Amino acid sequence: MPADGVPLLKVEDLRVSFGRDEPRGTVVKGVSFTLHPGRCLGIVGESGSGKSVTARSIVGLAGLGGFVHAKTIAFNGHSLIGQADRQWRRIRGRHIGYILQDALTSLDQLRSVGREVGEGLELHGVTRSAAERDARVVELLTSVGLPDPAIKARQLPSELSGGQRQRALIASALALDPELLIADEPTTALDVTVQAQVLDLLEQTKARGKALILISHDLAVVSRMADEVIVMCNGDVVEQGPAAEIFARPRHGYTRRLIDAIPSAHRRGSRLAPASAPRLRVAEEVRPEAVASGPLLEASGLVKRFRGPDKILRTAVAGVSFALAQGETLGIVGESGSGKSTVARIVMALEEPDEGYVRLNGLPWTGIAERERRARRRFIAMVYQDPLSSFDPRWTIERIIADAIPDTEAHRPGRVSELLNLVSLPASHRGRRALDLSGGQRQRVAVARAVASRPNVIVCDEPVSALDVSVQAQILDLLGDLKRELGVSYLFISHDLGVVHHVSDRVLVMSGGEVVESGEADDVFLAPRHPYSRTLLAAVPRLPIAPAA
Amino acid sequence: MSSTDQALVFRAVERRRSAVAAFVRTLPPGVAVAALVIVLFVAAAAAPGHLQTHNPFRTDLYATLQPPSLAHLFGTDQSGRDLFSRVVEGTRQSLTIGIGATGLSLSIALLLGVTAGLAGGAVDAAISRFLEVLFAFPNLFLALLFVTVFAATPATLVIAVGIGTAPGYARMIRGQFLSVKRAGYVEAARTLGHSYGRVVRQHIFPNAMRPLVVMITLGLGQSIVWASGLAFLGLGVAPPSPEWGALLDAGRHYVTRAWWLEVMPGLAIIAFALSATVVSRHLQDRLEGRVHAG
Repeated sequence: MPADGVPLLKVEDLRVSFGRDEPRGTVVKGVSFTLHPGRCLGIVGESGSGKSVTARSIVGLAGLGGFVHAKTIAFNGHSLIGQADRQWRRIRGRHIGYILQDALTSLDQLRSVGREVGEGLELHGVTRSAAERDARVVELLTSVGLPDPAIKARQLPSELSGGQRQRALIASALALDPELLIADEPTTALDVTVQAQVLDLLEQTKARGKALILISHDLAVVSRMADEVIVMCNGDVVEQGPAAEIFARPRHGYTRRLIDAIPSAHRRGSRLAPASAPRLRVAEEVRPEAVASGPLLEASGLVKRFRGPDKILRTAVAGVSFALAQGETLGIVGESGSGKSTVARIVMALEEPDEGYVRLNGLPWTGIAERERRARRRFIAMVYQDPLSSFDPRWTIERIIADAIPDTEAHRPGRVSELLNLVSLPASHRGRRALDLSGGQRQRVAVARAVASRPNVIVCDEPVSALDVSVQAQILDLLGDLKRELGVSYLFISHDLGVVHHVSDRVLVMSGGEVVESGEADDVFLAPRHPYSRTLLAAVPRLPIAPAA
Repeated sequence: MSSTDQALVFRAVERRRSAVAAFVRTLPPGVAVAALVIVLFVAAAAAPGHLQTHNPFRTDLYATLQPPSLAHLFGTDQSGRDLFSRVVEGTRQSLTIGIGATGLSLSIALLLGVTAGLAGGAVDAAISRFLEVLFAFPNLFLALLFVTVFAATPATLVIAVGIGTAPGYARMIRGQFLSVKRAGYVEAARTLGHSYGRVVRQHIFPNAMRPLVVMITLGLGQSIVWASGLAFLGLGVAPPSPEWGALLDAGRHYVTRAWWLEVMPGLAIIAFALSATVVSRHLQDRLEGRVHAG
């Protein structure tokens, strides 16, 4: 319900440009909105859309070399344009709270959480004594649901988990009870259950009559919180209006594509991105070599323990067993620390299991000498979350891919071009370096390298977590195409339940190193039996409407 | 080689040449000056005769301890020898000692650092403890000890400075290897089934060695300062030689009457060490910038 009177924040025709020379690169091209107390504005868009710069400009932190122009930026009826730094400092924290994306880098590593949260109280002279401040800090940390707040207040940010740090950061933004809270991707790095807690917290703040600007690439998160939504693309506002309206009837093609690209909203295995690219043409010889019957990959009773810095043994993987058949995709979901990446490393024979074994193509894969394994490593390949760090920085794309082609056929001309073609990258990219490519292109190169040795199994460890949804959709489509046309099997690891549901035939749900539930993807996701699976699924924010198939 | 291949090679050479031109054009003025200074010193070392105004060894008892003038740019010493010509003459020996010491130091450091970094485990522990013992002594003390035990010749100076500066480099190289060994691309190469030797050859060695260029240029200036310091203490090349440190040593008896005997060789040392450092810092920025910005 629209409030009457003067809006808390009124922004008219906000433009932000960067660069010393004319013409400057304009990154925000005219954003206008009004925000009333107790309302939430969501700004969605992909990386580079200008959503963060928009928010930062409102609090006078556009960044070095940024030029901000606006007809109006009025807070509580007072114009914020042309403020001196000193005036800004009085407004920031006191009246406008700002929550940054990365809690680890936004909190001072060398100061206790309590001091960080209490800093604003002290600076703005709200509390008079240290005792009063400490009491208020504990109160704040309690209000954001941090366990053992009195102890946590004395700890350093690095001693807290990611979710706890994010909540501490929110506590510091709430410390002075500002009328407006700006949250820039507040839950992006968090597990779903923690994300749900953080969103609950923001919702309570909103219910107390505070205004909220929520910036996110995640449409489902925004749809849960926002009353009004701005969709940005390359600095332009492509669509703006009431949230329910936009998610139910997106008018702009870009919004439509963003919604379509979300895997959870789709039937499993269908294409996510518009099929503009020509269908892949796969030569017969690219197919992996046929193998004997039986599972390609078999893991039985895997146990792995690590000794922490405090010399205490911790069990990372506690008895994990599974089998992967030809042409199948097995998804592993779990939150951070569930042991899913350790399973991937054991399967890649980068770690030896303490107990249990892995068999690949019917032959022992763990418990043997690396020398025996080496020749068979070509049958199993890996795609990493961060492709860039898996490429030698000195190498060109061509060399990276050629290096993965087995020596027996390394000199066959055209193989690299063929592989680039397979992942829909132009052959002209072969001379480039990975640094010059976009995130999606890098992941395509990683996929090309993975299929270069014609493996039976590809292990994907969070392959799309670092990508924008539309790029994620393209990579997922590519993996799907390769599965159909090359007959490879995937072990697909992700924290994103929507993604795993979309790609997997069968699913393992991991928690605390154990498999708590396994089964057909639809069974697990539509009718979870284990309480943990249910909690996990319940925590996933969903779009309010089912888009047309 | 087909004609297209040749064309490609040609284009690659062309690109490299234009890259060099672009590199020179974008040099900041300070770095350009420093590079020019180094070129001058290298010229002095290669062909001292072309730069000298006098015979550096000819004494002239009618012109002893002359202050700097147009006739004698850096003045003359107690025997009337032209100091400028002597500084030019000494360049070769000083640079040779500097290069030799840096070379020796890096060789020792490479041997220890690469072994420790690649082998790990007990070998790494042993080498690291050994380096820590060396670190416990002040660097200069090690060099002094060596020069006092053996006769002070240019060769012992090279060895003394080389040994004195090696532990620092060794530790740096070891760290490089350890961090590159943990890089994602090394693990990726392992999963491709490449042998350890191939991974070391293709990835670990070239990437770990990237900072070496910078270390060499930094080390050069440092070694020359060291060698000169030892010579000044009377533990380097003996005074009749125009090695820079020896010039300083010879001049200190007259420092109250003839300041130029100390200042001019000192300036040469400072100019070289400073230029080498400026150039290497610039190289470092360039190389690292390339890593980050592509």
